[in-house]
This record gives sequence, structure tokens and C-alpha cells, in this order.
Amino acid sequence: MKFASEFRDPKAAKGLLAEIARVAGQIGATREKPVHIMEICGGHTHSIFRYGLDKLIHEGVEFIHGPGCPVCVLPRARVDECIQIAEKPGVIFTTFGDAMRVPGTKKSLLQAKADGADIRMVYSPLDALELARRNPTREVVFFGLGFETTTPSTALAIQQAAREGLTNFSVFCNHITVPEPIKALLDDPHMCLDGFIGPGHVSMVIGIHPYDFIARDYGKPLVVAGFEPTDLLQSVLMVLTQVAEGRAEIENQYARVVPEHGNKVSLAAIADVYERRPSFEWRGLGEIDASGLRIRPHYAAFDAEEKFGVGYAGMRTEVEEVEGCACGAVMTGRMKPVQCPQFGKGCTPEMPLGALMVSSEGACAAYWQYGGARAAAE
Amino acid sequence: MCLGIPGQIVAITDEARLMAMAQVSGVRREVNVACVAEGPLEGLIGQWALIHVGFAMSLIDEDEAAKTLETLRDLGEAQETLEQMAAGDAALAGE
Ligand code: SF4
Repeated sequence: MKFASEFRDPKAAKGLLAEIARVAGQIGATREKPVHIMEICGGHTHSIFRYGLDKLIHEGVEFIHGPGCPVCVLPRARVDECIQIAEKPGVIFTTFGDAMRVPGTKKSLLQAKADGADIRMVYSPLDALELARRNPTREVVFFGLGFETTTPSTALAIQQAAREGLTNFSVFCNHITVPEPIKALLDDPHMCLDGFIGPGHVSMVIGIHPYDFIARDYGKPLVVAGFEPTDLLQSVLMVLTQVAEGRAEIENQYARVVPEHGNKVSLAAIADVYERRPSFEWRGLGEIDASGLRIRPHYAAFDAEEKFGVGYAGMRTEVEEVEGCACGAVMTGRMKPVQCPQFGKGCTPEMPLGALMVSSEGACAAYWQYGGARAAAE
Repeated sequence: MCLGIPGQIVAITDEARLMAMAQVSGVRREVNVACVAEGPLEGLIGQWALIHVGFAMSLIDEDEAAKTLETLRDLGEAQETLEQMAAGDAALAGE
């Protein structure tokens, strides 16, 4: 085991790998006919590559890297809309650093900043709120991005802004939800997934019951997992065991952080501030029903879409994906990053073409960072 | 961006706004504790929490905090988060 020294608990990892091999053998999983397990969360994707789990694990287990990186699924049209807002006079546009390099149709936020727009990287929506307090004559817009882990933070920031009566703070809401794209993947007739590794920190907010339909309606197991290597291995083993026993249940490997019913305060804030959009566009996956959130009418004063008449509140422009870019196929597990004609050629972390190359949680960037040389040599 | 980072709550800074000072990997950062506040805020002092984009999202024990931080360091995410905190401070300074 080549990477064993990198595990803090190599003995446990070794034991888990042996147990996985045993159950995989019992199911009859082989390199030709593998069990397909999708890890939904980009943090898990990163961890799998960092520790080389995809290489260490029995060859009958194949990881499919899911759509769980909010930066990676952000459509080009939304990046364009950010820039449209950021370039308005008087606006201070604030964003998580991760989003700076995502390519839009003409440019990224980073390029727009170089062109003179006042775009600032912040760590928290609370930084944006503070900017609004300190700059009463400017309009401070926060680029709200992320899954359920991040959604409570913008909801609480908006509630705080409302309490203080701030009139120069708004959020460009791009929050998305995890269960809906899983449903879309499961409804895809080309789908070949046998089970899921569920996101840890998202589930810390929403609990484990929003996934119930996956077991109940689709007969697939899901195990909510932590992101340490032994967490991931144990979760894979739990999925395989369910498959071997013909069960499909939602299990929680990460109970030390994930409460069954989620976080009450977070869920209440989300419910107060946000409602579901009828549908929302995902890069590479298209429009998915009820997969995005928007700000409720009674907080409309804090909704940048309403304030500036852009996005779903204005004229939306359909934007085609870049030609030759296989992000959609990679995200649905139909293609490996290295099979994309652009991988390492038109598309590298320095000059990303698709969003999966931008974030360290994107499958293509992870492949490049940890396996680029390996893949090129194969 | 999607992973929380462990931090230890060391002081309550603004009772009304539910703000506290946390020590994150040697750096002090003000965080919101609304999601973990049950009972008097003083009770949070000394506790460890997973902190995500400036919000304490879940209380964890010290052992879990140490293990999580190790993994985040391996992934390069710990450094990234600290850089983002610094970027936030720079943004407030007008950069
Ligand atoms: S290599 Fe680039 S273009 Fe191809 S799938 Fe990955 S991110 Fe998309």
C-alpha cells in the first residue's frame, strides 16, 4: 500500500480496504463490471484524490464524481450576470474567492476586476454586511453561492441586515440544493449508479431525511460521510454491505457531526428568507426542477436580482456551453476527466475552460492536481 | 469553500448580534454563533465548533477538531480558508 504512510491510521485503512475487497468480491464486482458509487460532495472528491483512494480501493469499486461543487455547476450566464451587476456604478461586488476564476462568456470576475469593477473577495457574508455599514453611499452586493452548508449564512446575514434597516445591502442568490440534482440523475435513463456517499457538511444542516426518497423510491443506498480517508472507506463499505444484503437505506457514518434532523436554527433561517425557484440552471446538467432558492418577496429589498433587474428577474439570455467541453458528461459519470478532449490542452487550472477545472473540488482540477502526470503517462 | 474549519470560541464579543471571537488555527476571527447558541452564550467559551464562512455551524469535541484540522491541512483547505479570512480583512480595508 503505497500511500499508507499518509493515513493517520494506516492499520484501520488497511483493514477497511480488505473488508471492502471481501464484500466487493461477494457481490461479484470486477474491473469490467464495477459497482458505481457517486460521491456527491466536491470535498469528498478532493479527499479521494488527495489520498489516492480511487487507486487503493478494490478494482470492482468505481467512484463517480458528482455535481457537488457549487462553483463547478455555476452556469456561464450567471457569471455574466454577476459582472453585469458588478460593473454598475456605485456597486461594491463581494464574493467568495473560489468564484473569481470561473469563466463567463466574455470574462471571469477576476478579469472584470482587472478591468476596473470594484470586486472584492470576502471570507463571509458578514464581511459584506460590514462593508455595507461602512460604505453607506455604496451598494454592496454579496454573491450568495453554495449548497445548504452556505445557505444559512446568507439567510442570517439578510435577517441581520433587515433588523438593522440597512438599505444598501443585497444578495445575488445562487443557492442550490443537493437532493434535487440527485433525483435528476436518478431519473436519467443512462444512469448507472449503485449507491451514494452523501455530503457531510450539507447534512449537518439538513439532516439525513431529505435523502429518504433515494432509498424509498429508487432503491439505492446512501451513506452520509465525513471527509477523512477512513470515514470515506468506511462509508464505501457501508454502501457495499447494503448492496450485498439487498438493502437500500439512508445511513449516517458521520453522526458525530450530523444530527438526524439537521440544525434547527439554520433550517428556520433558510425557511424564513428563501423559497424554491420553479427551476434553476446547472452548468453541464441544464435546468433542474426546484433545485435553486430565491429570496422571498418580504425580503425583496435585499434581493440583487430584483434590485438590478437581472437574472431570473430580468431578461435571461441562453448561453451555450463551450464547444468540445465535456463538463456535463464528466459530472454525470459518463466520462472521466481525462477523456475530455480539452483536458490538459484547452483546459488547465491556469486557463480553465470548464468550471470543473477551476475549484480544487472539481473533478477535473483534482485529476489534474493529483493524477495529471499519472494519467498522461498511462 | 464547502468545508467547515474547526475553531475554539474564546470570548463573546457582541451578545445582541450573537457574535463571538474564535481562534482558528492560530488566527482570531469574529464569528456568528446563532446556529450553536442554546442557553447562555458564556457556555460556549472554550468549546470547539466547525466554522463555515464565518458561522459556527456545529459543536464538536477537541479530538474531532484536531483530526478535522489535520485532514484540512492535507487537503490544503486550511491554508485556503486562512487566506480567505485575510482577504476578507483586506476587503474591509478597501482593497
Ligand atoms: S477538462 Fe475542462 S472542459 Fe473538459 S470536462 Fe473538465 S473542466 Fe470541462
